[in-house]
This record gives sequence, C-alpha cells and structure tokens, in this order.
Amino acid sequence: MANPNPTPVRAPATGAWWNDRRVRAVFYQIVFVLAVAAGIWVLVDNTIENLRARGLRTGFDFLGARSGIPISDSIIPWDPDDTFGRAYLVGILNTLRVGIVGIILATILGTIVGIARLSQNWLVSKLASIYVETIRNIPLLLQLIFIYALFGFALPEQLDPLVIGGGFFLSKGGLMFPLLKLEAAHYAAGSVFLVSFAAMIVYNVWAKRRQNATGVAPPRLLPSLAMLLLPTIIVFLAMGAPAEFDVAAKTRFRFIGGGAIGPEFLTVLLGLVIYTAAFIAEIVRSGILAVSYGQTEAAGALGLTRGQTLRLVLLPQALRVIIPPMTSQYLNLVKNSSLALIAGYQDVVAIENMTMNQTGRALEAIMLIMAVYLTISLSISLAMNTYNKRIALKER
Amino acid sequence: MAVSESATETVAAGPPPATTGFIGWMRRNLFSGIWNTLLTLVAAYLLFVIIPPVASWLFIDAVWSEAPPETCKAAHGACWAFIREKHRVIFFGRYPFFEHWRPLLGMGLLITMVMASCFRRFWRPWIALVWAGGLGAFFLVMWGGAIPISYRTAAIAAAAVALVIGLRQSNGGMRSLMLWLALLFAALILAGGAVIRVLDAVVKELFGVDDALAPLAGVWFEIPTGLSFVPTSLWGGLPLTLLLSILGIMVAFPLAILLALGRRSKLPLIRMFCVGYIELIRGVPLISLLFVGSFLLPLFLPRGVEIADLARAQVAIIGFSAAYLAEVIRGGLQAIPRGQYEAADALGLSYWQKMAKIVLPQAIVLVIPPIVNTFIGLFKDTSLVSIVSLTDLLLSTKDMAIGDVNWRAFYAEGYTFIALIYFVFCFFMSKYSQYLERQFETGRRKRR
Repeated sequence: MANPNPTPVRAPATGAWWNDRRVRAVFYQIVFVLAVAAGIWVLVDNTIENLRARGLRTGFDFLGARSGIPISDSIIPWDPDDTFGRAYLVGILNTLRVGIVGIILATILGTIVGIARLSQNWLVSKLASIYVETIRNIPLLLQLIFIYALFGFALPEQLDPLVIGGGFFLSKGGLMFPLLKLEAAHYAAGSVFLVSFAAMIVYNVWAKRRQNATGVAPPRLLPSLAMLLLPTIIVFLAMGAPAEFDVAAKTRFRFIGGGAIGPEFLTVLLGLVIYTAAFIAEIVRSGILAVSYGQTEAAGALGLTRGQTLRLVLLPQALRVIIPPMTSQYLNLVKNSSLALIAGYQDVVAIENMTMNQTGRALEAIMLIMAVYLTISLSISLAMNTYNKRIALKER
Repeated sequence: MAVSESATETVAAGPPPATTGFIGWMRRNLFSGIWNTLLTLVAAYLLFVIIPPVASWLFIDAVWSEAPPETCKAAHGACWAFIREKHRVIFFGRYPFFEHWRPLLGMGLLITMVMASCFRRFWRPWIALVWAGGLGAFFLVMWGGAIPISYRTAAIAAAAVALVIGLRQSNGGMRSLMLWLALLFAALILAGGAVIRVLDAVVKELFGVDDALAPLAGVWFEIPTGLSFVPTSLWGGLPLTLLLSILGIMVAFPLAILLALGRRSKLPLIRMFCVGYIELIRGVPLISLLFVGSFLLPLFLPRGVEIADLARAQVAIIGFSAAYLAEVIRGGLQAIPRGQYEAADALGLSYWQKMAKIVLPQAIVLVIPPIVNTFIGLFKDTSLVSIVSLTDLLLSTKDMAIGDVNWRAFYAEGYTFIALIYFVFCFFMSKYSQYLERQFETGRRKRR
C-alpha cells in the first residue's frame, strides 16, 4: 500500500484506451446506472399510468384525515375519531412495546436454556435440546396461530377465569394481575434508590482508579450491594412499608381494578419469546463453548478467583462471539413481531393494513411500514457495530 | 474382638462407588452432588406432570378410527379421525378433489429431486438439467390443459439448447458465443413482446403492411395434454409450500451470486446498489415484501399485464431470499484466501473467468451447509403467504380443514399434524446440513 516510489500510472501495454482498466470501470458503471435508471423509470411510468387508470390518488395527505379505526390496545389515548397519523404512531408504539418486552424475556429464557443444554445433568440437557430442536423446526406463524387458537378455545370465559393465585387470573380476556397501590413511601424509596445507584457508580469508578493507581483492589461487590439496597430498605421500612395491592375483583358483568394484558399481546409475546429463545439458546451455548478451556486454566495459573475468571476472562471472550448473532436475533424478533397481524394485535403492520383497506393507499402504507422497520434495523445495527468495534480483538 | 472390629470397618467402607454401568451412569449424570440431584428431581417432576396427560391425549384416549365429529367430542383424547377425514384437503388445498393424483405426483417429484440432490455423487452440472426437466414435468402435471407454444416457449427452449451446447464446447470462442446466445434468448422470454412490436413498426415503415408480425406475439399453437386445466389459484397445500420454497431458493441463487459479487466489487456505484438492496431487504419483514408483491407488483407492470397471486408471492420470496443468500455467499467469498485471487490474476484470467473458474466453485462448496439452513428458514417462512391468502399447507389446514364448522373444535389436532410435517422436513434438512458440515471439516483437516 505505502509504496514510497509509486510507479507512475501509465497506459497498458496494448496501448488502446478502451483497454484501460479505469476507462472500462467508468464505462461499466455508466451502463449500470443507465440500466437501473431505465428500470426505475419503466416502473414509475407504469405505476403512474396504472394509478391514473384506476382513478387512485397518491400522497400522504390521508395521514391527517379521520381514521375511524377501532384500536383496543394502545399505550397512548386513542379514539376512533383520531387521524391515520396518530394510528400510525399507536402502531409503532405497539411494535416497540412487544419488541422490547420480547427481547428482554427471550434473552432471559434463551440464556437459561442455552446453559441448561451445557449442563452436566443428562436429563436437563436433553430437555433443553428437545425444546430447542422442536421450536426451531416449526414455523413461527403456525406457533402463533396455535397459541391464539388455544387462547380462544381452551381458556375459560372472562367471567369465570382460571385462578393462578396471588391475584393473577387467566382467561379468554387475557391475563389480569394485581397492581401495587403507589404511596408516598414508594416514591421516597424510589428516589433514594436512584441516588444510591449513582453513589454506587461513583464508588466503583473510584475503586477502579485506586486499583489502577496502587494495585490493591478495594472490595467492590459487597459495598456496592450495601450502598444500593440498604438505604432504600431502611427508608421503606421507616415509612411503614405499605404494600397494598389493587386486585381485580369480579362484579356482575366484568372485572374491575388491577392491571390487565390483552390476549392478543400475550399471544404474540409468548410466541415470539418461545421461538426466539430457542435460537438465542444456541447462540449462548456456542458462545460459551467458543472460549477454550486453556483460558480457564491460564486464569487459574495467574491466581484469579473463580468469580474473577468468569468476569474478566470468560465472559468478555464469550460475549465477543455471542453479540453479533444475538443482534441479528433481536432484529429477527422485531421483524417477526409483524406476524402480530394474525393474532389481532394491532402493531404497525396491522394498523397500516387497515389503513390500506380504508384509504386504498397501498403504496404509501407499505412505505410507512418499511420505514419503521428500516429505522429500527439500521439503528440497532449501527449501535451494535459501534459496540462490536469497541470489544473486537485488537489485532496488530 | 479386634478381628471382628476390623471386619465391620471393611464392610462400612464398602467398595468404591460404581462409575460404570447403569447405576454409575446415573450417578455421574444425574446425581453428582446436591445441586445436580435437585435439578434432576425438578426435571423429573416436570416430566411426570406433562407427559402422562399429553401421551394419553395423543395416543391412549385418541380416536384413531374413522368416526363422525360427535364420537370425537365424546372422547377425551385427540381426534385423529379429523385428519383421516381432512388429510386430502390439508395436503392439496383447493385443488379439484378427483384430480388429487396430480399434486400427489408433483409433490413426489419435488421431494424425490430434493432428496436426490442431497447425495454428493449427484453434484454434477447435469443435475441442473434434471431439475429443469423435473420442474417442467411438475408444472405440466399441475396445470394440465393445453400447452401454449408461443415466442416465450420457443425462447426458453432455444436458451436451454444454447446453454447446453455452450457448456459442452471446449473451444473458448464458440463457448462464449453460445452462452451469449443463451443470455439473448433468455432476455427474449421477457422482452420478446416488445421486440416483436418494434419489428412490427419497422415493417410498417418499410413496406406499409399493418401488423405483419403481430400473430407472432400471440399463441402459435397448442399441444393438448389430455388433462383438465387447473389454474394456479386452485393450487394449494404441501405442493405449493414446496414449490414456493424450492423456486424461491433456485431462482434467487444466480441473483444472489451477482449481488454478492457486486457487494465486493471495486466499482463504487455497483457496490452501493448491491449493499443498498441487500440491507433494504434484510431490514424489513418478509410480510411487507409479500404486501409489495400482492398490492404493488400489479401497479409496477404495464397496463393489461395480469399476474397470478402465486407469481406475486413467488417474486417477493425470490427477492427476499436473494438478499439473504447473497450474504451467505459473500461469507464464502471472504473465506477464500487472497492467494487464489492473486494466482488467477497472475494467470491472466479475466474477472469473470477468475470468479467462475477459481473463486466461486470453492466459495459455494464452502457455504453449502449455511445455504441448506437458509432453505430451511425459507421453507418455514413460506407459511407467511397464507397472510396474503395463498392456500399453502398452513392456510389449507386453518381455513379449509379447521374452517369446516363440524370439525372446528379439533384445531389442535390439525395444527399438531402440520407442525409434525414441518418438523420432519426441517429436522432432517438441518441434520443433513450438520452432516455436510462435519464432512467438509474432515476434508479440510486431512489436507492440512
């Protein structure tokens, strides 16, 4: 690359300018761009022609019009009189909600199953293998439809729910759960917790600096835990430790109080978590297996404790293997949440599908759907690439 | 006394714990410590809770013989009578009932070809011809009716002949001439109509004759097959699922190679286009592409050109899998050592010679296992076409079998049955891909 005396670029031996590699490169690219432009021009021309022939209008002006769409499950207030634009926002929020909760739960379940597959316990590892092999080899859509049908057929009616205990009820209407009645003590404990969290971080930064400076590591785990939890617990107890729950109670026609998750959301969440966890389990397993046993032995020879070995030697190396495929699984989960449509969960695809049916603006609605997923995908990949660069093996 | 004491001690110490045999195996794998024993007990309890009711539902209490829905409702177990009653609808969807031997034959053909392609001894160029013939036979059997012979059919035949002749030529000049001819004929399959229109205008300009060549654009003549015509809108079930996934990977394959090469190209505009396409497709869910296929594709085509629902979904699936396959192939290209590229350059090979003769053959063999995995994913993903109302295996079960009011209560049996079908296909393909991976690995190890 860094040749001190670059040979002057000269024409090739044959001499003819059309044999010059750079001329050809430019020529090929011009031809390519022309071909692509011609293709796009034909498509756009056809589309305009077809739209005119069918008397269809185009443009995003419909976003400001009254939608009239019924949406049962929304984070922000929703009224059928609201606009298509607001419906789009509701859809995006619903997609993000199922995506974020799904990613967290799938990671937890997947990690447990992945570690279980490596367990020395024969029964546990076999059970984990059966789970992974079964779930991975059946289409997610079929699983979602199956779960949704189970919700619709097998669960009892809303007024006669399955009592799980502790104020949890499961029925065709979804899952009802108790809500904590928030009082001054909870807010106080919450604020104290935030402050102690900040204090813990400051302490850890200090501990690290001190270790770098003197070589003596101050204890970190116990003081951290104490700083984090003790003040909160003391404040909470001092204020009388109120813990009153708002439990759903049955009236003649419906349940009142408590929190509730709709059956659609539960179906989609359950399906996505079970499916994605099977893939995450495989990633976690191969990540752990990828760190050679010599690393553990070397850490032991250096006198590191078991905890230090895990934290400073094994985990960082396993994570380097785990993170890229894990990212693509997270992206898959978000993209797969588009199947929510089949269970009646109103994510962005379902809402834009309805919009398409009501306004006839297929082109615009599909562009809106793609824009959401592209934004999510590109931002997650960007964040992960940055992170990846940071932890990548520094090769010289 | 001393003697007896030492005797009791010996007995108390006992033999060392068994490490072999069944007991030893249990001790090592299930009860090696408190934690492990606890785990075993929890797992065993779970199995004890789950297995008996599931087993009695699946097998013991199930209705296996032919029976009306009422009998099934009285029984506690699964109603396999439902599958007996509805299996033909599940497998073949809306295809006319008395013609079911045709999709059965087509399905058998596809499965046989897939299975045959798994043997490495068949990994020869001629397998492409076998596939072309097999797919032709599949469409012949499925469509039936009369085969229309038009410029399209002629162009397909001409392209195939030119391709075969070209590939058998050892003379470089003749070979590339034939391959270019094949490409030209292939282009005529799509653009033949436009070419005929242009020629028509030329003839009118020169000789003043109107529509002299127009008859060429239509159907020249028809060859009757003796079978009744079944339009693609009636195709369904497992043959449809297989067709969508097989064509989805086969047609996407050459596109994927071009995309992968483009992404590694030194020409910035071509590289940007390929990166843009791949990232766009991989960034959006398949369902949105199926929407594009079913709602927008008709808008993109010239007025008056009709496109069947099946073709719309197929185009979307091909575009989708091309992007994913391209990334797999790119992985293979990256794994080829630089020395191979440099050696090809040193031999004075052109770019296409270098890729076609040196790089791609090595790169593709390297990525066959991940290609099989992509195929498994695609096979599962084809179930999404049910959302755009194609009667694939999933929708034929959901709408046609379970959709029957009398049998509505037996949804679990229906879904379990097709879950088993999907499972069998995917499981064996994934085992096959793992087997290939091991094969290739030993090959590499030996060489070292």
